[in-house]
Amino acid sequence: MWDYTDKVKEHFLKPRNVGVIDDADGIGEVGSLACGDALTLYFKLDDQQRISEVKFQTFGCASAIASSSALTEMIKGKTLDEAKKITNDEIAEFLGGLPKEKMHCSVMGQEALEKAIAHCEGRPVHKEEGNVVCECFGVTDRQIEHVVRESRLKTIEDVTDYVKAGGGCGQCHDAIQEIIDQVLGKKPTPPKKEKQLTNIEKIQLIQETIEREIRPNLKKDGGNIELVDVDGSLVTVRLKGSCAGCQLSQVTLKDYVEKKLRELVTAELVVEEVAQ
Amino acid sequence: MKTVYVDNNATTRVAPEVFEAMTPFLTELYGNPSSMYSFAGQVGRHLSDARQHVADLLNAAPEEIIFTSCGTESDSTAIRAAIESQPDKRHIMTSRVEHPAVKNLFEHLARQGWQVSYVPVDAKGRLDMDYFHDHLREDTALVSLMWANNETGVLFPVEEIAAELNARGVLFHTDAIQAVGKIPMDMQKVGVDMLALSGHKLHAPKGIGALYVRKGTKFAPFIIGGHQEHGRRGGTENVASIVGLGRACQLAGENLAEENQRVKALRDKLEQGLLEQVPLAAVNGDASRRLPNTTSIGFEYVEGEAILLMMDQYGICASSGSACTSGSLEPSHVLRAMGVPFTSAHGSIRFSLSIYNSEEEMDHIITHLPPIIARLREMSPYYQEARKSGAA
Repeated sequence: MWDYTDKVKEHFLKPRNVGVIDDADGIGEVGSLACGDALTLYFKLDDQQRISEVKFQTFGCASAIASSSALTEMIKGKTLDEAKKITNDEIAEFLGGLPKEKMHCSVMGQEALEKAIAHCEGRPVHKEEGNVVCECFGVTDRQIEHVVRESRLKTIEDVTDYVKAGGGCGQCHDAIQEIIDQVLGKKPTPPKKEKQLTNIEKIQLIQETIEREIRPNLKKDGGNIELVDVDGSLVTVRLKGSCAGCQLSQVTLKDYVEKKLRELVTAELVVEEVAQ
Repeated sequence: MKTVYVDNNATTRVAPEVFEAMTPFLTELYGNPSSMYSFAGQVGRHLSDARQHVADLLNAAPEEIIFTSCGTESDSTAIRAAIESQPDKRHIMTSRVEHPAVKNLFEHLARQGWQVSYVPVDAKGRLDMDYFHDHLREDTALVSLMWANNETGVLFPVEEIAAELNARGVLFHTDAIQAVGKIPMDMQKVGVDMLALSGHKLHAPKGIGALYVRKGTKFAPFIIGGHQEHGRRGGTENVASIVGLGRACQLAGENLAEENQRVKALRDKLEQGLLEQVPLAAVNGDASRRLPNTTSIGFEYVEGEAILLMMDQYGICASSGSACTSGSLEPSHVLRAMGVPFTSAHGSIRFSLSIYNSEEEMDHIITHLPPIIARLREMSPYYQEARKSGAA
């Protein structure tokens, strides 16, 4: 069960300002059914250009409803410039905090506000630009960059908690990591240059890799390995000890030995086993 | 406030009779059944009785029952034993709607190099039998298919599957954790080789499970240690819980008729009551072939966690297939495999009953849930949209 604060529960069970404003000055829509939560925010300005009336509709969990309700309370009476300064962290703080995995609910509130203000001012929302990084939840690089900077996020998991990116199939994890590294000022590691090895160098490197990397690991499970021959890109080995005759030896050979050699020596190697 | 507990597929209350049967083994009868003196020896006799009771519920022989620590251990033991005893084979098969106890292990094995076929299901959660037939191979080591689905209660045609696999000499394991004690089972009639069950789903405590292994099935222990369970599962026996599981199986056998009549009638009452009062709601899964105690209902345009927390205000305990309750961001893999649309997958609620439920409790839910759905729909932008466009 989620550890919601009393304030979250209170705003969930008695949400403020639920509804629609037909002649709203600003409307902001975020989220989708597929994503599991969505919010539409409406507001009206008074003569002094202050937000005088706010309404919302939310499809989502308790913290999504509570965040929306909190947001409406927070922006009432503010000018657009004042409202623009509200961050997702402030929405969460207003509620006495949100569980880490639910931070995206506060982000949804902040994004709806931004959209509603942009709508009111009659300009496009800059967040629409950028390229979609997370296909599952339709999150762009700009959105990820923004939230990493704003909330000082450090890991992919943080990004998933805040904007959902990376929470589906996981194929975008590398791209998210790159954005985090960029924002945090880390340089991406340059791709290793493939250099052409001579035959002697190749055999030496294979021998070294087996001794330094592979054998110690196999020995941990009571196994062993011996290099039999290198012919072009074909590496022949003999599995010994508990590896010999192990039902998973093919897996060890392909998924571990071959992978390691391809990674550390050269990518075109094929490893095969000679019979005992 | 009274608790209305309708989440029995998550766990069940320990039956008072079970608790009573267990207490001597948590107090005065604390001997280790492996010891030589008669103070401990009497404990061993109670273990044998418990084993007999579990076997009786399945119409199996006591020596075919291995006690484990939980359903997940039973599943893991069965699946690993099957592949370890057939090192020459490379292929295993399961379905796309298994419980994580099976699903995640298969995904793990796939990463280790096993070739895995995942049998799909149709919109009603029924197994695609053509896919099953077509994807069996010469080198298929094991097929693992659940007897009853934990989310929808839909039953797989285990007898038919077993017959085909027996004929082809392929090992068949079934995760029967949700089915045992709820529907009759007869191992003399249904040719499964291994079957997993869990104590806390049938009014025994948490932390006890069992694995049925048909006589003659090649087996390799998962937990290697002492001679307990005839060397098939090391570790000092969890005596009190084993006795509890035995008693629970005895009771389940006695209560089978009630489960399939009174409990089923309560479930049907609840389901019909909710469907009559709540528009845009539908049962997930094949209503004609499922457990007597389970119903999964999708309420369109609302989100499950919000429903659960509002029901909590009325003491109602159920569960949801929504993403938000689990901390994952996508709705349940079972509902997605069935192709349940997002409009109702996020708002799917599972009610699972037991013999301890009453008619008043169903009335309580039928009274309080429809206004909750209506309230959440008033808040939902999608419901408003659907209403405007005439869909709702």
